[in-house]
Amino acid sequence: MRLTTLVLAATMSLAGLQLSFGQSNGAVDPQGMSYDLMKGKTVAYLPEAMGLDVTEVWGAYVKNSAEHLGMKFEIRDPNWNVDAGVQALTALIADHPDVLVVHNPDLNSYARLQKKAVAAGIYVIQLNTGSVVTTDGFVGTDFVSQGELGANLVVKACGAGTSGKVSIVQGPLTDAASSYMMRGIDSVFGKHPEIKVVSNQDAGWDANKARAITETVLLQSPDLCGIIGFWDGMDVGTAAAVNQAGKTGKVFLVTGGGGAQISCDNVGKGAYSAYVKSDARVQGRDMVDLMQMLLQSKQKAGTMNATLYTPLQVITKENNKTGICWNIDDAKTQAQ
Amino acid sequence: MTKNMTQEQVILALTAVMFVVFALTLPGFLSANNLIALLRSVAVLGMLGVAMVIVVIGRGIDLSLVANMAISTAWTLSLVQNGYSVSVALALGFGLAVAVGLFIGVFVAYSDMLPLFATLAVGTFVYGFGRFQLIPVDVVPLPANFGWLGDLGSATVVGIPVSILATALLGLIIFLFLRYTKPGQFIYAIGDNPRAASIAGVPVRKVQVLQYAAAGAIAFLAGLITALTVSSMSTRVVNSTLIYDVILVVVVGGVGLSGGRGNVRNVFVGTLLIGTLQNGMTILDFQYTTQNVMKSLLLLSAIIADSIVNPRDEQTDQQGDI
Repeated sequence: MRLTTLVLAATMSLAGLQLSFGQSNGAVDPQGMSYDLMKGKTVAYLPEAMGLDVTEVWGAYVKNSAEHLGMKFEIRDPNWNVDAGVQALTALIADHPDVLVVHNPDLNSYARLQKKAVAAGIYVIQLNTGSVVTTDGFVGTDFVSQGELGANLVVKACGAGTSGKVSIVQGPLTDAASSYMMRGIDSVFGKHPEIKVVSNQDAGWDANKARAITETVLLQSPDLCGIIGFWDGMDVGTAAAVNQAGKTGKVFLVTGGGGAQISCDNVGKGAYSAYVKSDARVQGRDMVDLMQMLLQSKQKAGTMNATLYTPLQVITKENNKTGICWNIDDAKTQAQ
Repeated sequence: MTKNMTQEQVILALTAVMFVVFALTLPGFLSANNLIALLRSVAVLGMLGVAMVIVVIGRGIDLSLVANMAISTAWTLSLVQNGYSVSVALALGFGLAVAVGLFIGVFVAYSDMLPLFATLAVGTFVYGFGRFQLIPVDVVPLPANFGWLGDLGSATVVGIPVSILATALLGLIIFLFLRYTKPGQFIYAIGDNPRAASIAGVPVRKVQVLQYAAAGAIAFLAGLITALTVSSMSTRVVNSTLIYDVILVVVVGGVGLSGGRGNVRNVFVGTLLIGTLQNGMTILDFQYTTQNVMKSLLLLSAIIADSIVNPRDEQTDQQGDI
């Protein structure tokens, strides 16, 4: 009976509407969930290092949401030190928070401990860089897609009539982001024999090294057509080398990151030809949603295995409008 | 080899051999632009080496140089971002760098702390304090309103980038200072034998404070040049191997860690070796990790070569040599 169902549904949603009004008047939430299930719970946040634009924004989302939901918020900052991170994670497991939000320094270092945390009944959400272990959830960039996206842009810019010479400035080889992006790039370039990779080097996420490498590459291949950089924080150096060689706009430079304003400014200046944004604000919100879902599900840790990839957006001069990127202070204040 | 070569000469010869091999085998290596790129990539390293050598000649060591450089420069940039005028921000950053140097100098000179530990501790403190109190983010971009200084990073004088010129000029000034001024000579005397220097009337403690303060000032200059060339200052450089590279170019060029020997020339020879090696390997498209292995192998062979041509004996062995 379709009509009955419809009427029933309408009545229910009306009732729901009434209930939500009731709730705002201070009446008891009859579903007995949401707030009560989250109040007093603890969420711990373990970034690779604070002070990085994206980790600051993620941190603000966890912190503000925890406050809003009446949860306790803890943070451990190992400041790029993997050993300190392992210690912090071990200590956190002993403290037994309800949710652990972890940003992995590489594929392996935290893997065993994450398994242990899940076994101990802690929900574990991995942020942006995953480990080899699957836990309750992963929120972050699909780096294989980001690699493909960048490679396709370069293929388009370096087709017939150009030298087809491309340079790749990547991060450490053990890094998840780096190895997945390389996989995406290889799959695209494999189908395009006209693209010649003249240099593929690891600049260790360091702007200085990226600058020195790119300067030399540009001298060796003055007809270089494109550069794929792996991270905006490092590629300010790549862009500086291109600029010094007087080749801004002539060499197609694509890079990516969390969407900090400085990167959009660099698109505006022409320093980056294209910028692949995986918005840190979206990641922050996704992570908070997943956390609430897990706490409300009441299921055993490790039951669910959700992957929430951040939508990738290519920013060029054409769509580089105000508000597409974020300024760190605003993003932190607005984080809810 | 009838007459023994000094370590400096061994390194210079090694650099020359490598240079010739690269010039013959790598197309474009010898081009003027590539040679400039080679120098530019090690300009900051050379500058920090000059700061280090002032301290090392006086039988000290400064492990806080990189932390001091990163924090003082990053603070300057973030002050400008927060609306301070460029000159005030520069003065404050410079002041901080020199103050850190003075602080270390007082520790080492007046409370007889070992420089190795004093500078290690102060370096860690400066980084920690800076990151949590002075600078909100870990990579500070160069603000757009940095004025004419902002353009200096890519500026050239008769085709030579400012960073190379600044390093060369600084090297010349420090060379002259060490060789021809009284405080400069005092540094050698202290490095040779602090007690004897003190008895001879050298104001040992004051000169030591001066050494560390000068190193701090140069660290700020090096940081500023880094920030101008890559349009940002990454405080993460503190966790990198840069400080070891600095010690490396000093030691490999023939400056003894036991003090009293060497000059700026040795540092520049060591810096050229690293520059040539890095440049050649980048052209050859070697991976970063492979480059590190090659770098360490070459240094090891340099040390072995030196110990063969200059075997250690009671006369050449100095007390306190690390």
